[in-house]
Amino acid sequence: MTSSRPEPVQVIKQRRDAALGGLLSGVPYIAYLGIQFDRRGDELTAILPFDEKLIGNPALPALHGGVTAAFLEVAAIIELAWGSLWEEMEAGRVDPTAEMPPVRLPKTIDFTVDYLRTGLPRDAYARARINRSGRRYASVHVEAWQDNRARLFAQGTGHFLMPPPPGAPTE
Amino acid sequence: MTDIIRIARQFIEAIPHARALGMAFDSLGDGKAVISMPYDPRFVGDPATGVIHGGAVSALMDTASGAAVMCHPTGPASTATLDLRIDYFRAATPGQKITARAECYHVTRSVAFVRVTATDEDESRPVAAATGAFTLDRPKGAAP
Repeated sequence: MTSSRPEPVQVIKQRRDAALGGLLSGVPYIAYLGIQFDRRGDELTAILPFDEKLIGNPALPALHGGVTAAFLEVAAIIELAWGSLWEEMEAGRVDPTAEMPPVRLPKTIDFTVDYLRTGLPRDAYARARINRSGRRYASVHVEAWQDNRARLFAQGTGHFLMPPPPGAPTE
Repeated sequence: MTDIIRIARQFIEAIPHARALGMAFDSLGDGKAVISMPYDPRFVGDPATGVIHGGAVSALMDTASGAAVMCHPTGPASTATLDLRIDYFRAATPGQKITARAECYHVTRSVAFVRVTATDEDESRPVAAATGAFTLDRPKGAAP
């Protein structure tokens, strides 16, 4: 415990937003789908703003099942990577406002998607929960909804291979 | 060009997301569909390696699976994914197109079961595989 005054809130926010921005900006496919993340402290909500190119069934119309799968998987991967990055940042080992080394992302081993309702042509939201995060493997559950948080339109569970910790030799 | 491939091309043209990912039918019929997707730097998931994001591969496999259901001999009127479990075996080689081969191997009155594999240009080593259950709507007036 230090006796110094806490950092100004803007400095903390800037650092955390820079870390999240750095994590996301590196992944072209996230930008291609238009996925954004809303951050409240360490909690992330993935947002998929509706776009015509996300449609899979033009007759209904409905979101493409593959888009829904991709959205859930992105939410899970970013949640895992963000968890590790957050720890590094809060411990002062990474300064995202300076030159940040590229974040190594977890690799998906498997991912299962339950399609509960038709994905409507409007914005979708997703939140991921890490159920188990070990040194090598992690298990993550993701819930996605549109208008009502309690009415999920899809949920997913995936297993992931975690990247080696910073400083460890590459595979 | 056979009629079924022409119809299949129109089918994909009508799906905005399939068109956006540049998907094209290689073959279709009898509950089997083969669809490929060219490499595109916009679909990269890991900038350090240039490897395509798993989500784009999932979208390709989901589309192929849905097409396999639609061309099943029982002639479904429509279908939607109930669940899809995707296993990722290895990273797709950057620069190579990805091909999904889906087979609708069993149907009940209201459910279709599909398995699908995805390969890059080295077809001896699959990139990913998936199995899924799909809803199946029979045309009105069809025998049960």
